This record gives sequence, C-alpha cells and structure tokens, in this order.
Amino acid sequence: MSSVKHSVSDALVITKRQLQQLVRVPEVLIFNTIQPVMFVLLFRYVFGGLGVGIPGGYVQLLMPGIFVQTVTFTLAATAQGLAQDMEKGLIDRFRSLPISRSAVVMGRTLGDGLLNIVVLVVMGVAGYIVGWRPTSSLLHIAAGFILLLFFGYALSWCGVFAGLISKDARVVANVSFLFTFPLTFLSNAFASTTTMPKPLQYFAEWNPVSTMVAATRQLFGFHNTFGVTAHSYPSEHPIVTSLFYMVVLMAIFMPLSVRRYKSANRR
Amino acid sequence: MIAPLAYDGAMKSVIAENLVKTYRNGQVKALDNLSLDVEEGTVLGVLGPNGAGKTTTVRVLSTLLKPDSGHATVGGIDVVKDPKAVREIIGLSGQYAALDETLTGWDNLVMFGRLYHLSGEQARVRAKELLEQFSLTDSAHRPIKTFSGGMRRRLDLAASLIVRPKVLFLDEPTTGLDPRGRMEMWEVIQSLVKDGVTLLLTTQYLEEADQLADDIVVIDRGQVIARGSSDQLKAEVGGERLEIVVDESDIDAARAVIERIAGASSVVDQGLRKISAPVRAGTDSLIEVVRELDALKIHPLDLALKRPSLDDVFMSITGHAAEEAVDDSAAEPTKKKKGGRK
Repeated sequence: MSSVKHSVSDALVITKRQLQQLVRVPEVLIFNTIQPVMFVLLFRYVFGGLGVGIPGGYVQLLMPGIFVQTVTFTLAATAQGLAQDMEKGLIDRFRSLPISRSAVVMGRTLGDGLLNIVVLVVMGVAGYIVGWRPTSSLLHIAAGFILLLFFGYALSWCGVFAGLISKDARVVANVSFLFTFPLTFLSNAFASTTTMPKPLQYFAEWNPVSTMVAATRQLFGFHNTFGVTAHSYPSEHPIVTSLFYMVVLMAIFMPLSVRRYKSANRR
Repeated sequence: MIAPLAYDGAMKSVIAENLVKTYRNGQVKALDNLSLDVEEGTVLGVLGPNGAGKTTTVRVLSTLLKPDSGHATVGGIDVVKDPKAVREIIGLSGQYAALDETLTGWDNLVMFGRLYHLSGEQARVRAKELLEQFSLTDSAHRPIKTFSGGMRRRLDLAASLIVRPKVLFLDEPTTGLDPRGRMEMWEVIQSLVKDGVTLLLTTQYLEEADQLADDIVVIDRGQVIARGSSDQLKAEVGGERLEIVVDESDIDAARAVIERIAGASSVVDQGLRKISAPVRAGTDSLIEVVRELDALKIHPLDLALKRPSLDDVFMSITGHAAEEAVDDSAAEPTKKKKGGRK
C-alpha cells in the first residue's frame, strides 16, 4: 500500500532532518554526550566508596542507573524539539503538506532514539574505562541496551505530547526536566531504597526508573542489592514490569500525540 | 438528464461561505460569517488590520484549522471533508518563515520536496530550479539563520512552490521586511502572478494589495466590509489628498488656492497649520498649487501628496480607524518575540 509506504518514508525524511541538524550543529551531540559522561565520572569517584561489599564495586550498580537516567531525559529533549518546531511555525508547514498525520511525530521519536544509541555507546565506553564490567553473555548485554532504547522511545512519546501542548520550548524543557529528574533519584538508581522513608520506598519500588534499573542490572549480570526490600512484584520481576510500563505509556501517548498533532495550533 | 454543474463565467478556485470561528468558548470571534471567493488565475488581496481575521481565514482555507461553521472549498475540494486532497494542491507561506533554521536553504528545499513525495533526484532538481528562480543559489549552502529577513521569506515562498500548487496562500508575505526586502518580495510575487498562479494574499498595506491583487476584500472583526478592485476602493476612499503646511498668516490665502484647484472643501488643522484636501489629478494638482502659491509669494513649509492608506480606507468605510483587535494573540496566532536560540 502506497499510503503506508509514504507514512514510513515521510517519517524517515523527518528523522533525516534531525540527523542533518546534528551535522550542522555538532555542539548538540557533544553536549548530549558530555553530560552523561560527566555524571559517570562524578558518581563513580564521589560515591565510589559506597560500594563496600558490592562485587566489582559501586560502578557495576551505578552504570545501569546512569544509563536509565540518561534515556529518561529523552522525554525533555523530544518535548523541547517539538515545542521549538511549533514556535517556528514548522509544524504549521508540515501540517499543510500532504503527508501522513503521524509522520512528523514518528520521525521525531525515531530521531531521538537514534541519538540515544550514540549517547549510550559513548557512555558504555566511558563506563568501561572507569571499571564497569558486565558479567553476562553478549546476548544479555545487547538485550539490556535494547531495553534502554525502548524505554527512551516510550518516554519520547510522552515528550511529544508535552511538546505539542506547550506554548514555550524553554518552559516545556524545564518542566519535563523538573518532572523526570526527581523520578531518577526517587529510585534504586544511585543508592539503596532501604534507607528511604517507608512511603518513598514503595514509590521507589514501583517507579519505572527503578524497574528499568533493576532490569538492566539483571541483564548485565549483577545482583540488584539496591532494590530488593519488600519483595514487591516490580522488584521481583523488573523486566516484565518495565515492558508493561512501556507498553502502557505508548498505548496512551501515541494516539494522544497523533490526535493532538492533527489539531496543533501555534498559540 | 441532470445537467453538469455550470460555472457561471469563470471558475472559482477558492470559495468560502459564512465561515465562523470563535476562540475561548465564543468569547473571541475571529471569523464572523466571512465569505469570499477567488477566481481561477487571479489574485485576491485580503486587507485588514491586525486581528481582523486574516490569518484565521488562511488557516481555515489551508486546512490547518476547522471552522466552527460555514463551508469552504479550494480547487473544488471541501477543506473540512477532504483536507488531504486540498493539501495536495495548495502552497502556504505564513507570516513567519517556517523553515528549519539550523539547516541550509538547500537542505530545507530537498526535505520539503521529499515530503511532497518527489524522488530524491526530482527533489534536488526542483530545489536547484527554485534557488535559481529566487536568486538564492549563492547562499544555498548556508544555514537559514544567517539569512536576511527578505531571503528567508523568499526561501519560505520557494518551499511553498515545490509542486507548483494550483492555489497559493501567502499570509502577510512582507510584514516585518525592510523596504528593500519588500520590493524584492513584490517582484517575486508579481512574476508568479504573471505565470497565472491563483493567489490569496493577506496584507495590512493598501499599497501592497494595490500592487499585487486583482481584487481586494477589506475585512474587519472577522467580516468582509468592502470588496472591489483597487481602483474601486480608492474611488470610494476619495483618492489622493494634498497636504500643505504654511505660516499662520498665509493659511487663509493658501486655503483658497487649494480649494479652487481641488474643487473640494479642505480641512484645516490650525495647530499644525496644515491644510488638506482631496485631489483628483494627483501630481498635476500638486504642480498647479505650487505655481499659484509661488505667484502669491506664499512659501510652503511642507508639501505632500498622500496616497490613501489602510487607515483612510477604514475611516471611509467604517467611520473608525483600523483598530488592533482587543486580544490580538487570540484572534491571530502569532509567534512570541524572542531572541534566537543561540
């Protein structure tokens, strides 16, 4: 069917545009990778001493935490990108073209997903240099990274919606960040949840960031000593719970975003 | 046998009938039973102040916005029922150059060409043609953010012409441009008009509508308040006015001269010592007045022939000056003023 073919090729044109932007303004890619690498170094050497008794040291548990934190910020990046396109009137122009209604948002999320690949590779190399050594099979390691990419992709769709309903690119970027930043800390990403107050412990165990961190720790071959407190379902079955969260997020935000795009007005 | 639909005389490329669009639960009426049409191969100028409903009209006709009620067709296709088919045959260039500013002009045109489903090769050939047509070949590989305002608008217009649209919508194509940019834009638009494109153009400037449009509709508060050719509208407004400023002692004598030559009564602003009167013969009247004043040894401090402005048109049609809408941002979505991204 030509309309399906067009939807795909239209989305790819939008994705290509994002990649061209990275070539024209390489600073974006540089800062997108410097920031997580900086986090790796800071946490590795500031909190490195916390890892007493952890096989392989703190860095083994830290890296999955930072991977998840970084892909979580995709939400803000997508939201800002779309809000900027709205402000510039580009979304108006795209909407006046005979392209499928999903092409622009599909292309954007795909582009942000590709950017995550680059960022994760750079972080993985940085982690390896400071002592991160996954102990599982290559297949498991690959599965861990694929899970991370999918998580970023699912959150990207929340970002699409946020970007389309926002009125100001800088505001939506800040709001998204304010929302996601605490999420990444109210979790098992950097410290054990057992020391948190009880209500926070429950929140932290059900927090998708925690389930993702636990899932990737498991896939990279480490015992998640930061996350098993109450033997709740999410902490016992982190991979299944994470996949469930992603499916729910996409089931909600994909149709919402496409609907929003159809009537998006630059106001 | 049922007779096929007859087009009486000329075919209408754009028809809007009784369009209504309100914002904020009916508090702001952007379109209030607005009707207009554009004949195939002609240019319609939609003239009005900020907030009159110009942009909303364009947004409805270009399928970006659904009207609350009313009916509109472009190229015979209903904009609400079959927006996708309408998008295939229109080009839209808005108030703000809607381009990816980090990319080059070339990148932008190729991207939009691909989105119109041209092949990669076709998109590149068309981008090259358009860059040449709009004198942008030399800047083709510079990022848009380094372009001047006029260049951006030209590129934006080029992007709307990629598939040679049957109907082109230009929303305030010269707003915010310096005089030189405006002249360049006019030349480009005039050459398109010569090629026979059907164009609906909105503007705040009577002069612009006069230069570019075959027909003009004047809109105010979402309604059409006048329609006609540029000459008809001007005749209605009373054409040009002669304005002269003289010393206080010369006012009465100068006034007599002007009224005789103009053949009409004049208006005197005592404070500014300005006498003004409508004239029919334009510069001839001006020369005649100068000669007579010179003969009387009256030395004018200022002397001008004023063409009617949008304000004059408004004044004569509505009796009030062209006002900005109460809430401009609601009636006409506009981009917030901001510094660049970097």
